[in-house]
Amino acid sequence: MKRDRTVMPVQEADVRSTNFLEVALGYSLDDAVLEASRCLDCKIPRCVAACPVNIDIPLFIRELKGKDVESAYFTINKANILPAICGRVCPQEKQCEGACIVGIKAKPVSIGALERFVGDYALENKLSSDEIIIENNKKVAIVGSGPAGLACAVSLRRLGYTVDIFEALHEFGGVLKYGIPEFRLPKNVVDEEINKARKLGVNFHKNVIIGKSITIDQLLHEENYKAIFLGSGAGLPSALGLAGENLTGIYYANEFLTRVNLMKANSFPNTPTPVRIGSNVAVIGGGNVAMDAARTAKRLGAKNVFILYRRDMDSLPARLEEVHHAIEEGITFNLLYNPVEFKGRDYKVNRVKCEIMELGEMDDSGRRRPMPTGKYKTFNITSSIISIGQSPNPILKKATPELVVDNRGRIVVDHHQTSIDGVFAGGDVVSGAATVILAMGAGKEAAVAMNEYIESLEID
Amino acid sequence: MYKIIRKEILNVDVELMEIEAPLVARNALPGNFLIIRVDEDGERIPLTIVEHDLKNVTIIYQKLGYSTKLLSQKEAGDSLFDVVGPLGQASHIRDVKRVLGIAGGVGAAPLYPQLKEYAKRGAKVDLIIGGRTKEHLILLDKYKEFCDTVYCATDDGSSGIKGFVTQVAEIVYQNYKYDLAIAIGPLIMMKNCVILNEKYDIETDVSLNPIMIDGTGMCGNCRVTINGETKFACVDGPDFPAKGIDFDELMARQKYYNHEEDHICKMKLSK
Ligand SMILES: Cc1cc2nc3c(=O)[nH]c(=O)nc-3n(C[C@H](O)[C@H](O)[C@H](O)COP(=O)(O)OP(=O)(O)OC[C@H]3O[C@@H](n4cnc5c(N)ncnc54)[C@H](O)[C@@H]3O)c2cc1C
Ligand SMILES: Cc1cc2nc3c(=O)[nH]c(=O)nc-3n(C[C@H](O)[C@H](O)[C@H](O)COP(=O)(O)OP(=O)(O)OC[C@H]3O[C@@H](n4cnc5c(N)ncnc54)[C@H](O)[C@@H]3O)c2cc1C
Ligand code: SF4
Ligand code: SF4
Ligand code: FES
Repeated sequence: MKRDRTVMPVQEADVRSTNFLEVALGYSLDDAVLEASRCLDCKIPRCVAACPVNIDIPLFIRELKGKDVESAYFTINKANILPAICGRVCPQEKQCEGACIVGIKAKPVSIGALERFVGDYALENKLSSDEIIIENNKKVAIVGSGPAGLACAVSLRRLGYTVDIFEALHEFGGVLKYGIPEFRLPKNVVDEEINKARKLGVNFHKNVIIGKSITIDQLLHEENYKAIFLGSGAGLPSALGLAGENLTGIYYANEFLTRVNLMKANSFPNTPTPVRIGSNVAVIGGGNVAMDAARTAKRLGAKNVFILYRRDMDSLPARLEEVHHAIEEGITFNLLYNPVEFKGRDYKVNRVKCEIMELGEMDDSGRRRPMPTGKYKTFNITSSIISIGQSPNPILKKATPELVVDNRGRIVVDHHQTSIDGVFAGGDVVSGAATVILAMGAGKEAAVAMNEYIESLEID
Repeated sequence: MYKIIRKEILNVDVELMEIEAPLVARNALPGNFLIIRVDEDGERIPLTIVEHDLKNVTIIYQKLGYSTKLLSQKEAGDSLFDVVGPLGQASHIRDVKRVLGIAGGVGAAPLYPQLKEYAKRGAKVDLIIGGRTKEHLILLDKYKEFCDTVYCATDDGSSGIKGFVTQVAEIVYQNYKYDLAIAIGPLIMMKNCVILNEKYDIETDVSLNPIMIDGTGMCGNCRVTINGETKFACVDGPDFPAKGIDFDELMARQKYYNHEEDHICKMKLSK
């Protein structure tokens, strides 16, 4: 019995490109059970090994097939506290689904969609495991409330620690809140997942910038935290370094997305933070951030939104689903163009000049290297959104000179331990911009290391 | 929530608030700023920390557009939704003997903690302060506590000379030499001060106020070009030595949303 992959219903492209509602609508129970029946329940499941947090995928799918969604949830929850989020945003084709055995001959099992279904079911039905926490009355501090910080906080809380999360912004969730748009990850899903951590007893403090409001030294020596986890992410936008980059109308994706996602500029003037992009928007880059920026620009009403990317279509680092959705929504892909200069008038950008590239030899990343041709093309634009990457936010390092970082600003760790005793780190701040699930995995592992460290203090 | 302890009306356009925010006060230094959001959907607006004790911080703001007018509707006893800080680099207090402060309008507020710090460290300090009318010259009494001489300039001549701070400076420079000037006010004023001071070979520090969102180096909205290099005012500044700052670009960047700001102000605050 070979069955085709159960397709998840989505909003029609021409409708959704004018609203901010979620694009993918999710499975019904029947859809989920049907899709679950495609899993072969492998003895040596390749999918599990390819999931960064090793969810017991065959088990949760088997439970789902038996319509026992509750058990499926608790199976996932043991390894992953944010299934409704990961089910939506994991690059599944490179992880679990990429390894699924069914994928050799047909489309792999839709593990992400199933996980999302279970996660949403748990949120809707307020499933919680009534965990009993035995307080050990020892304080730990978590810096940043992104996926790394959240995962670390929950793991430590389950071990009995008093856990304080400090977040610089006025909302919790890190990139899940300010970066990934509503139409891909509804903010109420993020809030509800965060509420689960709150229910476990994790304390959340907004508007606290570690290094500024309180220093790491003060946390350790004045506030008596036994250990600290740094999950401050990779927030600093990378610059192209081109002439004209600071003209008005040129955004870094972080600013553009923050205006819309965190500050709700799409509701302006009902909300007071504006955003302005005009009709012709060049989005520079080919990753998830670029796709999110382009699709957001389209939804704000820009007529012509195009990607400028210096490699070819096959090299786009974005999740496959996002690329497909972007194409359906009318985003144009101008490939093999490398921006070299912004031009403008009265400090307002109106053109971007690009060098035309061609493909050369394979490079280290296994993709064909873009080579300059000496030929140029200029595009007329009203604005541009630069989305070519992020590196760690510099505040912590500036405030804490003894914290060792590498030449790209990433915190150097050994088994999650930084150069400062009692201070651990994980997520994007260590790896550079990566993924939600890798950040969560790092947070979880760091919690284990922190627990060992704190216990070793007591032996002395 | 962050409680407003005290509110004082300094003139028709400018008000002062003391706000309870112990985590902002704890490590605050001269030159630092904070960001507030007045209400639940509020804009994030940056304001300088003018004074602080262990628990409270004082801000002085000009009712300019929508968000500062909304702030002005709050009274002592009310609360603000968010207050975060201290942000930015503390002012780099240089080892100099004679300092001239040049304040334009509400720029007198951010200048105050810095200039006071110079006086505290033993420098001889003078001030040129300018504003629309006599009422717009704020903090005069507080400045007089540590300034040797205070010169005034007003648009209507109601106090000091009728004209700009640069005109006063031009006169003062005929008689006195300064090791350093600190100019804080509207961008156009700072730009003109810098041009004048270059002529008189006086080094100048300025405090930049580009549009900001997060204030933590994450968005890049606050970027300024200095000697061809991009700086983020929120983490590299907001204070900078004035040499090489592209003021014209910064003015264009600051005005980018004027049309939208005007619209929301008319729409939502007209009674
Ligand atoms: C637009 C966009 C789209 C993306 N799409 C995907 C996707 O589809 N799938 C995927 O898997 N990944 C995606 N990613 C990547 C993913 O979001 C990140 O890898 C992940 O969020 C990293 O988690 P983190 O916890 O390390 O850091 P973050 O999520 O960045 O969280 C760090 C938090 O720390 C706070 N902070 C920083 N400094 C301090 C300080 N000094 N004191 C207190 N708090 C501080 C920050 O404000 C922030 O809230 C995307 C990223 C972006 C920007
Ligand atoms: C580091 C820093 C410190 C500051 N300290 C003070 C202070 O102590 N007292 C004070 O009154 N103001 C200060 N400002 C300016 C203050 O933040 C703005 O006046 C305020 O954000 C305007 O908000 P609004 O909604 O009322 O006006 P808007 O309607 O947003 O703007 C009205 C006008 O102000 C300009 N403007 C917009 N945003 C800013 C901004 N961030 N900075 C300057 N002008 C802006 C616009 O171009 C427009 O012309 C500071 C700004 C910075 C960046
Ligand atoms: S967490 Fe991500 S990688 Fe792991 S099973 Fe879920 S979707 Fe796949
Ligand atoms: S590899 Fe595919 S078929 Fe095998 S257990 Fe995993 S999901 Fe099921
Ligand atoms: S305000 Fe966002 S980087 Fe400075």
